Amino acid sequence: MSWTLTADRIAELARGAAVLGTGGGGDPYIGSLLAAQALAEHGPVTVVSLDEVPDDALVLTVAMMGAPTVMVEKLPSLEEVIAPVHALGTYLGRPVTHVACAEIGGVNSTIPVAAAAALGLPLVDADGMGRAFPELQMVLPTLYGVTASPLAFGDEKGNVGVLNTADNHWTERIARVACVEMGCSIMISGFPMSGAVAREALVPGSLTHCLAIGSGITAARAAKTDAVAATVELLGGREFFSGKVVDVERGTTAGFARGRARIEGAESSLDLAFQNEHLIARSGDEVFVTTPDLIIVLDAESGEPITTEGLRYGQRVRVIAAPSDPRWHSAEALAMVGPGYFGYDLPSHRFDGTVERTLEEVTA
Amino acid sequence: MHIGIDVGGTNTDAVLMDGRTTLAGVKNSTSPDVTSGIVSAIEALRAARDFRGDDIQAVMIGTTHFINALVEAKRLAPTAALRLGLPATRALPPLVDWPESLIAAIGGRSYLAHGGYEFDGRPISPIDVAELKGIAADMAANGVRSVAISSVFSPVNHDVETQAAAIVADELGDGVAISLSHEIGRIGLLERENATIINAALRELASEIVDGLTSAVRAQGIDAPIFLSQNDGTLMDEDYVRLYPVATFASGPTNSMRGAALTSGLETCAVVDIGGTTADIGLLVNGFPRETANEVKVAGVRTNFRMPDVLSIGIGGGSIVDTETAEVGPESVGYRLTSEALVFGGSTLTATDIAVAAGRADIGDPAKVAHLDPAFVQRVLDRIAERVAEAVDRMRTSPDPIPVVAVGGGSILLPDELPIFGAVHRPDNYAVANAIGASIAQVGGEIDKVYAVEPGRREEAIAAVRAEAVDKAIAAGASPTSVAIVDFDEVPIPYLPGNATRIRVKAVGDLAMEVRV
Repeated sequence: MSWTLTADRIAELARGAAVLGTGGGGDPYIGSLLAAQALAEHGPVTVVSLDEVPDDALVLTVAMMGAPTVMVEKLPSLEEVIAPVHALGTYLGRPVTHVACAEIGGVNSTIPVAAAAALGLPLVDADGMGRAFPELQMVLPTLYGVTASPLAFGDEKGNVGVLNTADNHWTERIARVACVEMGCSIMISGFPMSGAVAREALVPGSLTHCLAIGSGITAARAAKTDAVAATVELLGGREFFSGKVVDVERGTTAGFARGRARIEGAESSLDLAFQNEHLIARSGDEVFVTTPDLIIVLDAESGEPITTEGLRYGQRVRVIAAPSDPRWHSAEALAMVGPGYFGYDLPSHRFDGTVERTLEEVTA
Repeated sequence: MHIGIDVGGTNTDAVLMDGRTTLAGVKNSTSPDVTSGIVSAIEALRAARDFRGDDIQAVMIGTTHFINALVEAKRLAPTAALRLGLPATRALPPLVDWPESLIAAIGGRSYLAHGGYEFDGRPISPIDVAELKGIAADMAANGVRSVAISSVFSPVNHDVETQAAAIVADELGDGVAISLSHEIGRIGLLERENATIINAALRELASEIVDGLTSAVRAQGIDAPIFLSQNDGTLMDEDYVRLYPVATFASGPTNSMRGAALTSGLETCAVVDIGGTTADIGLLVNGFPRETANEVKVAGVRTNFRMPDVLSIGIGGGSIVDTETAEVGPESVGYRLTSEALVFGGSTLTATDIAVAAGRADIGDPAKVAHLDPAFVQRVLDRIAERVAEAVDRMRTSPDPIPVVAVGGGSILLPDELPIFGAVHRPDNYAVANAIGASIAQVGGEIDKVYAVEPGRREEAIAAVRAEAVDKAIAAGASPTSVAIVDFDEVPIPYLPGNATRIRVKAVGDLAMEVRV
């Protein structure tokens, strides 16, 4: 069923996106402002569920690529958000009918809202991951043979390009060079899909879910009940650790924020490893949970999600784990987003602490 | 000798100092006008310890006038915000996300024009003189009296801000004040621009207040220079305040922390300032308050001011004690302490009553709390100590031990030993710590920019930035021989090529005071 997204819900959307962002995705403030402005200027956005998208629809994802540090200075303009969508429609020779989020986390959950408002197109209540991941190809549509290319990119000056690449790896390499030349903060649109493919490949209900989490935290706080417990319930996950942040180690390598955080609890301490997003949570030999399931750090009292760059010594936090979309648990998907891909010699662990049995093993 | 004055919301404190020794300290009520409160504070100081006007070498003042003017949305000038950056940033024009009432209070007008730079200093677009002249004419037609100019990546290159200022000044004439964002804030366009707009709105008030302060001090026969303390504990002279009033915003907590450092003799410590309603905990590193890394909202506007990182918890002398749970606060009887607390014949059990019952303070009538169960009193005090210790632990940046200094009237609530941290330092003149802090402030210069550091030339690049900070401190009035680098931070920026690095350097030195024999 379709519904209407209005400016007054953007703050909740951004908060929910910070939860599903699992530590990454950057500060969603600029993205929220952009979405709120676009809604104020162009009116509310119609959000449609995947079931309502016609088979022959043309669905595109919209996202920001570049350095969040540049985005806080060279603020985006709405023109640069919509230009790549127009360019890709022209390239494909068909009108674009729907906009979708590539990831539901950080700025990339609110920029598609701005795009949909400015374009006057419906936004699909879905996304490509059901969470956030650090690399462009890490979306479920990849598993369905959908490529990022043709991918359009644009800057605020009116420069627009369309890439038709050999594979997603080349898309990332060429787009990254253009991104730097264009000032290190560009908007991209890609992963063209028909309605039929989108229905199969995307995670359904992401925006609804995201809003429910955001408003759940707000409501729990207003009712003076436990906001963390409310979030756990909404995610169908579990709280597995609480304590104080005692050490945060960060480095920037190969364009990612990589690091570790140590949280001291009553009896043991927890080690979190992240690359933009949280990847591994363990205590000594005991592994609590790993990617692709969600690892989320929340402020112990307010339930406010804390991004990896916001982690600081002394914070009282609670850490929760939640299941990711079941399709992330096939052997092929785990090769793309499992602990091994990120260089950890560990089997994937589910949110409940069990060692992963792949989808194939479960159904065999 | 010099004088330190702290003009707070409730009290105006003043101290007479000889170097770092406190000769006299007084507390007075703050007056609604600028002048009379200062006059009575100086007169009270004279009564406590006589001095001649020409004995005084400098007068240092900390004031909350400017932040109060903004919070109350009063006495603000009609202001325009001009941003250079087109075609970028169009979706989020100046004053976006400001409270409507505050925009109305400053008669805020928002303009976008071409100009600005990329992260590496390449121009986004050249400035358009005709466009800027047209904007200036519109400002004039709308009665704008103060202008804030910002541009994209001006911390990297501010040429277009300066050029645009010249064009606007030419059109609007000398009567209009112009504030430039690169002189006020750091990376983060909206926050820097917001601070610049606030500064612009305060420019007229700044002149008024500086004139008021100056005439009050001069009327006392004191010809010495007058300085105001900034958020980071350094000083600015009166001419600087006329240009950058926004820099005084959070000087209150800074001064109390710096005063605690001087009176305790500690340069690196945690300071717990306990008043009537809250305990404010901050960290001093090498004599300066640690600043917050997060955005700070002032009067509903997001900014990135250099503000001390202060954690406030609801524990103060007037906090109400729960007779069942032994929990303290956050509710407080506040200024009604002297009528509502048990020791003053009231009927509310407050933290002060507990301190008196425990024999830690001699306030009011101890007989009125003699009935309290000693075990209960101890439980309350233990809980206060535990919560304060937890807050200090939260503020420190590493598990290394750190000394704790207690100031403020409510510090009688703290034990001599704090869990985790051990002995609590209690300096002598804690009641006037703010004024002492104002009186000892130093002057500083800070640089915060993104640099493209070429491989193998890092040392060179850093040396150049450090020299720039030292020059800035000297320009602000520091004696050249005393200037030292107190803060250095180097952050590589992910995704950016050419080893783009954000470097922050702060240099400070003693205020160059004329030596008199």
